[in-house]
Amino acid sequence: MSNAILWMRDITKDFNGVKALDGVSIVVERGEVHAICGENGAGKSTLMKVLSGVYPHGSYGGSIEFEGHPTAYKTINDSEHDGIVIIHQELALSPYLSIAENIFLGNENASRGIIDWNKTNREAAVLLARVGLNENPATPVLELGVGKQQLVEIAKALSKRVKLLILDEPTAALNDDDSEHLLTLINHLREQGITCIIISHKLKEIRKIADTVTIIRDGKTIESFSMKEADATEARIIRSMVGRPLDNQFPPRTPDIGEEYFRVENWTAYHPVDTERKVVDDASFTVRAGEIVGFAGLMGAGRTELAMSIFGRSYGTNISGKVYKAGKEIQTRTVSEAIQNGLAYATEDRKKFGLNLIGDISENISAAALQKLAKGGVVDRNQENKVADGYRASMNIKAPSVSSIVGKLSGGNQQKVVLSKWMFTGPDVLILDEPTRGIDVGAKYEIYGIINQLAAEGKAVIVISSELPELIGLSDRIYTISEGRITGEVVREDATQETLMHYMTAGRD
Amino acid sequence: MTNTATEAPTEPSGPAPVKSPRRMRVDLRQYGILAALAIIILLFEVLTNGRLLMPGNINNLIQQNSYVLILAIGMVIVIIAGHIDLSVGSVVALVGAVAALAMNSWGLPWWAAVLLALVVGAVIGAWQGFWVAFVGIPAFIVTLAGMLIFRGLTLVLLTGGTISGLPDEFTAIGAGWLPPLLGEALDGRDTLTLLLGVLASVAFIVQQVRTRATLRKLELPREPAVSAIVKSAILVIAVMALAWQLSAYSGTPIILIILAVLILLYTFVLNRTVFGRHVYAMGGNLFAAQMSGVKTQWVNFFIFVNMGVLAALAGVVATARAGSAVASAGQSYELDAIAAVFIGGAAVQGGVGTVVGAVIGGLVMGVLNMGLSILSVDAAWQQAIKGMVLLLAVAFDIINKRRSGR
Repeated sequence: MSNAILWMRDITKDFNGVKALDGVSIVVERGEVHAICGENGAGKSTLMKVLSGVYPHGSYGGSIEFEGHPTAYKTINDSEHDGIVIIHQELALSPYLSIAENIFLGNENASRGIIDWNKTNREAAVLLARVGLNENPATPVLELGVGKQQLVEIAKALSKRVKLLILDEPTAALNDDDSEHLLTLINHLREQGITCIIISHKLKEIRKIADTVTIIRDGKTIESFSMKEADATEARIIRSMVGRPLDNQFPPRTPDIGEEYFRVENWTAYHPVDTERKVVDDASFTVRAGEIVGFAGLMGAGRTELAMSIFGRSYGTNISGKVYKAGKEIQTRTVSEAIQNGLAYATEDRKKFGLNLIGDISENISAAALQKLAKGGVVDRNQENKVADGYRASMNIKAPSVSSIVGKLSGGNQQKVVLSKWMFTGPDVLILDEPTRGIDVGAKYEIYGIINQLAAEGKAVIVISSELPELIGLSDRIYTISEGRITGEVVREDATQETLMHYMTAGRD
Repeated sequence: MTNTATEAPTEPSGPAPVKSPRRMRVDLRQYGILAALAIIILLFEVLTNGRLLMPGNINNLIQQNSYVLILAIGMVIVIIAGHIDLSVGSVVALVGAVAALAMNSWGLPWWAAVLLALVVGAVIGAWQGFWVAFVGIPAFIVTLAGMLIFRGLTLVLLTGGTISGLPDEFTAIGAGWLPPLLGEALDGRDTLTLLLGVLASVAFIVQQVRTRATLRKLELPREPAVSAIVKSAILVIAVMALAWQLSAYSGTPIILIILAVLILLYTFVLNRTVFGRHVYAMGGNLFAAQMSGVKTQWVNFFIFVNMGVLAALAGVVATARAGSAVASAGQSYELDAIAAVFIGGAAVQGGVGTVVGAVIGGLVMGVLNMGLSILSVDAAWQQAIKGMVLLLAVAFDIINKRRSGR
């Protein structure tokens, strides 16, 4: 116990009388990787904001001790000064500045306001080597992928002589290769004596990397245990997170699959800027009525691009190919035409593309089918509220009323609003892109139930997901995409992660 | 969803704090501005020893600020959609010049000149809308260019300087009153004006009662009865006081009728129509609107066409009130209109704002102007004070928002 680098005792924090943290305690040993788990809204991020001084000393209850001294951080600079660095899920790099400039942003190698560029670039190169990033320090950050940007963030943290590195969902936006690399790097950092707190939803990762795990639920610490313990299993973590054993991650379903309903032939799309590059290459696929079809692919394989280019040509240029519904060719040249022809597409990034976050629930639900509620261009407000209230009940959207602001809902409830919006358009074909991203376990289960329900109603459902267990658990059939091409088609019985991964990496070096 | 109901783990979905719905919050913000307006009126009423609210001054307040209010109504839509329009002052001047030329040089009757002016406004709006919506140039740039272009064209048209001697029917739009059709009553007051006040009050109360009845029938949440009654009472008192004072002067300014129609019309358009909803949706999240099938380019285009028409109307009114067209007309009107919109609670990043808010914002500026003028405060100081008020109003709003945790 004497070797603890961080003690947080009985931390409480409330917002306008709503308790976000209700007596959380956590002890982090020096040099360990400490995972914090909990559903969205459990209080993980709030806890880290308390620790790093985003919420200043005095605005929360309880005590914090770092390296044996009580802390009283007023700003994030104070905590960074002590060697606590937090890397947020949304990376905070300036895209047009170089790697080196970003690393030393706010911390420049300067004398009397004049920057020493040689020193900056030299030191940046050393830091890049430490994080295993083989790039020129002068490269602008916007030319890097998300995975490499993450490494730049870590290099930036190292430049501040970090003692405690906090990573908030570091692999959420990374593909498997980049995730793997990041985990290896965290291992290296541990060997160099850097303590690490990692917030993650991915239990496999936690198993792989963490020494200790603390589980938070409803603003309280539920338990904290060493991963070396015999019963330190994923099941135990899930049990603590949701408060009860989760026997089945997927609701039961009896597929009732009909005739072929939706068919795409020879679909090709080029990159919107780099117009020589094929992003979707001659893709053909079919979906039957009542069938759930999964699309698996690594990040950048072209899954979202395929979906978006079909849905109103929202992505890409020089698009060619044919789309058939119930045997007849349909046009999907604009989003409204696609909607009219019975297509719905719930986007991957619901905050950026899916919702009006400052709008209320009913406005968002009606957004894609407003004409259904309008006569002569005038919206029937009362009818709109009735419709929204119906979805609030049937989809179990947890909000005080349909005039609640969508931006204030949890991720799971926001996703239910997105799904309600598309269900209200009365679609025959639904394309759901990462429908459970960033959603906690309980809400995921509900979303799966909704997807099953849609299939049971005879709709053709396409699910795009990065999580293979999810695809396998949900889909009747899975297509794999690699480098814009459909590389495989696997039926439910044959679907294993290994098979899918084999096809997903097909055609690559 | 049969299975989810029974076995789904209850989602502990974090704290779901009960927040007041947006309509209510927007209303609260508007009440804040309304309160500010009331305080400013009271303040100047005291400072000017009761001169501010004398019949003649109230009449002037309406007629002098009408064009800014008309511009603010168009501007609030532009700003909700996330744009800005810097050209409206120049459009006012250009349209005024066209209308004056049409009547004095081309021999058009006054009504045809007004029609022509509105068409010119629509064409200008279509021009700017084209560049913003279809070419994708930021509205700031397009309308900055427009500001120069239309001011320049005005100078070209008005080479001879001022055009004056406009027909009386035309000038009445900006500086005239409804005729005293019903004669006088109560010590020489205009009966028609009093009657209009009563009608407006009754219409408002009837509308309130009907809305509440519908909500009750549909079992939707409604405002507490007490607050609804207080709100109605205050509004009725304000309307009747306005009618009372105006009736003692020259009666109902024609422009007041035009303004009332515009306020009702555009409140309806923004709140109840598909178009209005699309404007809010685009301001809230443009990408989400696009991916929901909103034809965002066309909506943007029409927002600017509409702004052009309203700017033209403001140009007609301003020219009518001045009785002449000059090349320097409408100078800095765009800034007054933009200030009115932001004082009225609109958000710089779009998605938020109301017509009523913008009009109240415009009135705040107008009362300030008038009060300071009555007190014979130097024009230079008036500008500085107006600037401070704009800054404080928006600062107040932002600090308020931050405190409520948004």
